[in-house]
Amino acid sequence: MSRYEAVIGLEVHVELKTETKIFCGCSTEFGQAPNTQVCPVCLGLPGSTGVLNKKVAELAARAGLALNCKIGAYTWFDRKNYYYPDLPKGFQISQVFRPIAYQGYLDIEVDGREKRINITRAHIEEDPGKLIHASGSIMTSRSSFVDYNRSGMPLIEIVSEPELRSGAEAKAYLEKLKAILEYTGVSDVKMEQGSLRCDANVSVRPVGTAALGTKTEIKNMNSFRAVQRAIECEVDRQIDVLEEGDSVVQETRAWDENKGITMSMRNKENPDYRCFIEQEVSPIELSDEWIKDLRATIPELPDARRKRLVAEHGLPDYDAGVITSSLALAEFFDATLEKFPEAKKISNWIMGELLRLLNARGMELSQSKITPAGLASLLELIEKGSISNKIGKEVFETMFEEGQEPAQIVKEKGLSQISDEGQLTRIIAEVIAKNPKSVEDFQAGKEKAIGFLVGQVMKATRGQANPGVVNTMLREKLAE
Amino acid sequence: MQVSEKDVEQLAFLSRLDLTAEDKAVYTKSLNAILDYLAMLKKLDTAAVEPAAHVLPIKNVFREDKLRQSLDREQVLANAAEVGEGAFVVPRIV
Repeated sequence: MSRYEAVIGLEVHVELKTETKIFCGCSTEFGQAPNTQVCPVCLGLPGSTGVLNKKVAELAARAGLALNCKIGAYTWFDRKNYYYPDLPKGFQISQVFRPIAYQGYLDIEVDGREKRINITRAHIEEDPGKLIHASGSIMTSRSSFVDYNRSGMPLIEIVSEPELRSGAEAKAYLEKLKAILEYTGVSDVKMEQGSLRCDANVSVRPVGTAALGTKTEIKNMNSFRAVQRAIECEVDRQIDVLEEGDSVVQETRAWDENKGITMSMRNKENPDYRCFIEQEVSPIELSDEWIKDLRATIPELPDARRKRLVAEHGLPDYDAGVITSSLALAEFFDATLEKFPEAKKISNWIMGELLRLLNARGMELSQSKITPAGLASLLELIEKGSISNKIGKEVFETMFEEGQEPAQIVKEKGLSQISDEGQLTRIIAEVIAKNPKSVEDFQAGKEKAIGFLVGQVMKATRGQANPGVVNTMLREKLAE
Repeated sequence: MQVSEKDVEQLAFLSRLDLTAEDKAVYTKSLNAILDYLAMLKKLDTAAVEPAAHVLPIKNVFREDKLRQSLDREQVLANAAEVGEGAFVVPRIV
């Protein structure tokens, strides 16, 4: 048991799912050519004034409600002043003094243990532009390229209380946060496209003490797994520093994914943002009526859906947890269940083949060609005995890649289960003739030998025989 | 509250202003005069007054989430000191 405990808080920036930017009508579409989604407001040109996108206020409030936050009835924007080329105005419009949502929480589960993580606040702000460093690295390039397409993208920043105690808890928190934001349609929450970004504040302290240690801020993590690893690595580093009698320096550190270490980026120079109230954007007043309407737009959230899958369909809690961790998976499950009534079988295929293929190919469900109707038909073919479970997996992979109907794949590839007893009888006779040793073993009472013989028959039929039938027929033949 | 010449130096640095010694003396004096004037407000009892978030009595001025044409990139980059790969080129800043 370590003498230290980690104290971790996360700051998560989430891009809101709108068509247009926060203060102007430029597109928020991802991956366009640099500086093609830019107008005088994005550039902060003198004389330009933005007007708040109504949907930004609504999505932010909806996110707050889904995260069990209190919603500010009267909130406003502030200017955070600093000089950096990603920020053409010289200030960022954010909510410093009155965030739209505050004092919320979400529940996580790590190693079967539930824990409530409090959320300090969720506030609206604009994204700055994007700096691209010529030789790919911030440390080595001479100049930087600035793309203002991202300037003015609507964000909410969700700040947790420093209540996380490990990298695994941080990962669980992010997974839950992502699921809730996906369910509520607040964001696409795609880390690889930057619509969800996470910084971690990490410190350590001796177990049993209450005072906080000096913290560092970790940036540059590109996946939930990376967040977990970076935190674990930083906690170890800080403990080593303290054990050697040194003290932790307050600074920003960057996670290096390839080396698996955090590296000092810059000392935190106690930034003086000289925040003051933004006068060019109007305050937001959310009436009780409006908040009530927004609350009504929140769909069933992951935890409730998980409980429903267990209660209504008898799924094991673990299965229900995996399926409801992603809205796409949960909807796929429900749609399949409408056409094929056996929940556990569907769950097995989703958790087995579907997730295996998605993970192996690094794909999203929407990128695969498999449909709920397709999976339901496949399960029916297996149920009827037209194909074996094993062949089913092969067919599934073809459906996943090419999207054909399972019956058609079975027909085209000649995968139908061999139910012709004459053909099987001939193959069984051949296998018996070729494997006298195993036959002898089996007849001498070695039960295991039958497994080998069944395997040989399955091999000879390229997996198209029904293993149960083969087993029975083999036993009958050997008993003669 | 009074500001010192050191505060003015810091403020000038944050604002990227290059002030002469003379400027600093002038601004220190002017800023203190302004702060003294504003100090009058501190004498008022504001316990029951809501903080003013805006100089005008306006709220909920919104636009709908509707696309509008962005500028052509040539226009966007027209004032850039240096351009490369469709982007503004700036000195490396860490």
